[in-house]
Amino acid sequence: MEHIRTTKVEQVKLLDRFSTSNKSLTGTLYLTATHLLFIDSHQKETWILHHHIASVEKLALTTSGCPLVIQCKNFRIVHFIVPRERDCHDIYNSLLQLSKQAKYEDLYAFSYNPKQNDSERLQGWQLIDLAEEYKRMGVPNSHWELSDANREYKICETYPRELYVPWTASKPIIVGSSKFRSKGRFPVLSYYHQDKKAAICRCSQPLSGFSARCVEDEHLLQAISKANPVNRYMYVVDTRPKLNAMANRAAGKGYENEDNYSSIRFQFVGIENIHVMRSSLQKLLEVNGTKGLSVNDFYSGLESSGWLRHIKAVMDAAIFLAKAIMVENASVLVHCSDGWDRTSQVCSLGSLLLDSYYRTIKGFMVLIDKDWISFGHKFSERCGHLDGDPKEVSPVFTQFLECVWHLTEQFPQAFEFNEAFLLQIHEHIHSCQFGNFLGNCQKEREELKLKEKTYSLWPFLLEDQKKYLNPLYSSKSHRFIVLEPNTVSFNFKFWRNMYHQFDRTLHPRQSVFNIIMNMNEQNKQLEKDIKDLESKIKQRKNKQTDDILTKELLHSVHPESPTLKTSLCFKEQTLLPVNDSLRTIEGSSPADNRYSDYAEEFSKSEPAVVSLEYGVARMTC
Amino acid sequence: PGECLHHSCSLNYALSTLDSITLMYPFFYRPMFEVIEDGWHSFLPEQEFELYSSASGEWRLSYVNKEFAVCPSYPPTVIVPKSIDDEALRKVATFRHGGRFPVLSYYHQKNGMVIMRSGQPLTGTNGRRCKEDEKLINATLRVGKRGYIIDTRSLNVAQQARAKGGGFEQEAHYPQWRRIHKSIERYHILQESLIKLVEACNDQTHNMDRWLSKLEASNWLTHIKEILTTACLAAQCIDREGASVLIHGTEGTDSTLQVTSLAQIILEPRSRTIRGFEALIEREWLQAGHPFQQRCAQSAYCNTKQKWEAPVFLLFLDCVWQILRQFPCSFEFNENFLIMLFEHAYASQFGTFLGNSESERCKLKLQQKTMSLWSWVNQPSELSKYTNPLFEANNLVIWPSVAPQSLPLWEGIFLRWNRSSKYLDEAYEEMVNIIEYNKELQAKVNILRRQLAELETEDGMQESP
Repeated sequence: MEHIRTTKVEQVKLLDRFSTSNKSLTGTLYLTATHLLFIDSHQKETWILHHHIASVEKLALTTSGCPLVIQCKNFRIVHFIVPRERDCHDIYNSLLQLSKQAKYEDLYAFSYNPKQNDSERLQGWQLIDLAEEYKRMGVPNSHWELSDANREYKICETYPRELYVPWTASKPIIVGSSKFRSKGRFPVLSYYHQDKKAAICRCSQPLSGFSARCVEDEHLLQAISKANPVNRYMYVVDTRPKLNAMANRAAGKGYENEDNYSSIRFQFVGIENIHVMRSSLQKLLEVNGTKGLSVNDFYSGLESSGWLRHIKAVMDAAIFLAKAIMVENASVLVHCSDGWDRTSQVCSLGSLLLDSYYRTIKGFMVLIDKDWISFGHKFSERCGHLDGDPKEVSPVFTQFLECVWHLTEQFPQAFEFNEAFLLQIHEHIHSCQFGNFLGNCQKEREELKLKEKTYSLWPFLLEDQKKYLNPLYSSKSHRFIVLEPNTVSFNFKFWRNMYHQFDRTLHPRQSVFNIIMNMNEQNKQLEKDIKDLESKIKQRKNKQTDDILTKELLHSVHPESPTLKTSLCFKEQTLLPVNDSLRTIEGSSPADNRYSDYAEEFSKSEPAVVSLEYGVARMTC
Repeated sequence: PGECLHHSCSLNYALSTLDSITLMYPFFYRPMFEVIEDGWHSFLPEQEFELYSSASGEWRLSYVNKEFAVCPSYPPTVIVPKSIDDEALRKVATFRHGGRFPVLSYYHQKNGMVIMRSGQPLTGTNGRRCKEDEKLINATLRVGKRGYIIDTRSLNVAQQARAKGGGFEQEAHYPQWRRIHKSIERYHILQESLIKLVEACNDQTHNMDRWLSKLEASNWLTHIKEILTTACLAAQCIDREGASVLIHGTEGTDSTLQVTSLAQIILEPRSRTIRGFEALIEREWLQAGHPFQQRCAQSAYCNTKQKWEAPVFLLFLDCVWQILRQFPCSFEFNENFLIMLFEHAYASQFGTFLGNSESERCKLKLQQKTMSLWSWVNQPSELSKYTNPLFEANNLVIWPSVAPQSLPLWEGIFLRWNRSSKYLDEAYEEMVNIIEYNKELQAKVNILRRQLAELETEDGMQESP
């Protein structure tokens, strides 16, 4: 709290980002230890987590006050006008401090308390078990085994403790190979395709320079190709552009020489590095943040940013993997430079194309845990969790999510989860609210004792999974075992719901998806209601016959059943829309929803005539 | 790829080389279905006018153009201010391009404001005036009200038009009106735009940069944005400013109609229903004299430069699709309905889109010799294909976003033959299933509840005596 000078400023204006007429809302700005909060005159709240703030800018003083522009990592941009410069200055300074923490321990996750006890928290962390996942893939088996070489992080600090390698790869081979690979990241199993007995393996670049060789590394690759009993040839995919890989040779790094490795086929796929990706996104955001943007500027900006070209490159690489396995039955070894950015993108996306499990909610979490978290994608550096080197920040994981979104657009029924799920995950890689994405590798996470001090995101998402279900998902369909996306350029579109997720005016005013989602939910409820009603009617009927008998015999008073009446009222309410706020459009009245009609109709419908079917009852009156 | 367009192209090419329209397919087409309602009589001007019952105080039907003598591109019946007699109309017609004197296009029930359309005034370089024209236009304003003239041309283009005898309204002579210039492009530019766009979409080998730069260079979406913006402006004048609007370009048969019809989509819930949309096309495009025969001859694949060819109507449909996408529950029809209309505008077995005006259609005796598209479309079995399952009447004015991020390429038209839509179609079917199932369940729950309530009342009655 020592950074907070002013906790509340009144009469602050929040400008509409795209309005050319400077439309604004007036309200009060609050600064808390974790959030910036703006409450406008309609009591609408805008919460901004300090960790989400990418930059704060104080612009030149204007007649109406001091402008403060805040850009967030989740692509929210807010433009405040603070009446007094002094307040603006205080808030600006506080935010600068609060948004850039020097120590992990100062991040939100270490203070976030969702009111769970220790065992619940631990259970949360155990929700995803990678050993279980490898078992699901069918390893260990006669070709692949669990290696204990890295059990103490002795061979590779940025790999997890548990690694799967071909059983013929002895420890000296592994150690030898790891010395020949950047950061010791030797080839290990990422995904095993049980039917094809082919594998996706990953590693970092070899330290081959212009001519260096390593017998152990050559053996290890040989062992991987031999672990595939169907096709002895394996692909080595270098995800970098050829030029970059060649430049690396001068630094004693580089790529595999096909002559030295028997039975490999070498391939470049040309995905650009983290710096290119960072500036690409920056350009994209600059363009689409322009007020009064013309169509031509939008498309030329989209083109010159190169963003969609990069997305397509990642997708094409993943398709290459999936094809190698499905069509040629060949194993694939993937690497880039260090094997934690592009390699993670391509391996995870390739697996997602091949295995429908990763297209479920749980499976997607497993995939992220496996190919991103455990294999040492440097989340903290790439997302800029701490005040560090801005050159390490890069939207590598965002690109992965965008590729997945493109797949959901082409295959609307192949995914159990929806777009909101992807957006929510994106929100939390930056929020530092949960421990999952803190740190840069497993070793670091263990040292931070994240499992004891923070919570895992996954159980919270799972608990909320209703929000993230795709109503059109067809889980039983056999058509979607392997996805074969079309990557002709026109299939790639600007992801408005990601990059403009907070700019409501740019979105369709009615969302088909939300309506269908709610309808699907409602259908489940209605099915239940029907069952309930049917059993109640049955009960009533039985009772009536009983009652008549009892009455005739005992003239006893029939007990009025208040419980049934109240439950009926209650049910009536559930018939009311769950989705009126989603369905209605800006400025529309509540009359604009179809279920209110039904509800009204029903409340009016006192049975006018008692039908003849119940003649017995009639005779009694 | 482009099968349909090729098909329509070759068909049209072959047919357009025929000497006479009367040798075209619609004249030989024999319907294989029973005509329940003759589409030729579905949307009579008189009936349409009746819908504007509250307008009858200030507006009247005029038959001044009965023999197409006053304006060859107008229908025999038009709506004009009540206070202006036919004689004045004849005079005004001589002052407006193509004889297209200002007529009523839309009456906004909520506040009585109107959209009128016309051809450009023939002021020429020496600033010719026409008292009757000024009187007519002012007669549409209520006391103390101001109006807006939206010229769909840029000021520059409008000024140049004076050299050819055209021009625009001088504010000095129309003091209660403010003139706004927008710039919606004209035919050959639109045609080039379409050709470029279709070329870009048909080449699957383009890398990302090339695709995006070709998409941009086609300017198609720029035209979409410009047209939508102008329509929004007109709608805004009516609904937000409470001011009437007169819209014209040069002839008043192209951009003018795009704007008047789209403004109605925004303002008028009825035009978002299937029947209302058909009526809109009948009124604002066919009877208003959009020269379909000239504009929709060969689509994107014409190899010779056709002077009159232009995708004006397709742009309008695209704009409707954009609004439909932003308000997916506010339209009674779906995308397929728009695609169907596009196809029939270019190649059809029906006579509806033949000819360039009502007078031509009359001379061709289309009503007697050909079948109306509406007779076919309005059969229940056909309609079901075009009905939007999410539709729910929405009586509000709907304001679309015109930001480039909100205006995507209409894939259903332009990528239709270039990629498989199998998975998308299946997803759509699944969506329809969920909606149908929901209706079923709702109905069932209602029946059961009624049953239960009946049982309960009976129990109650049992006890009361």
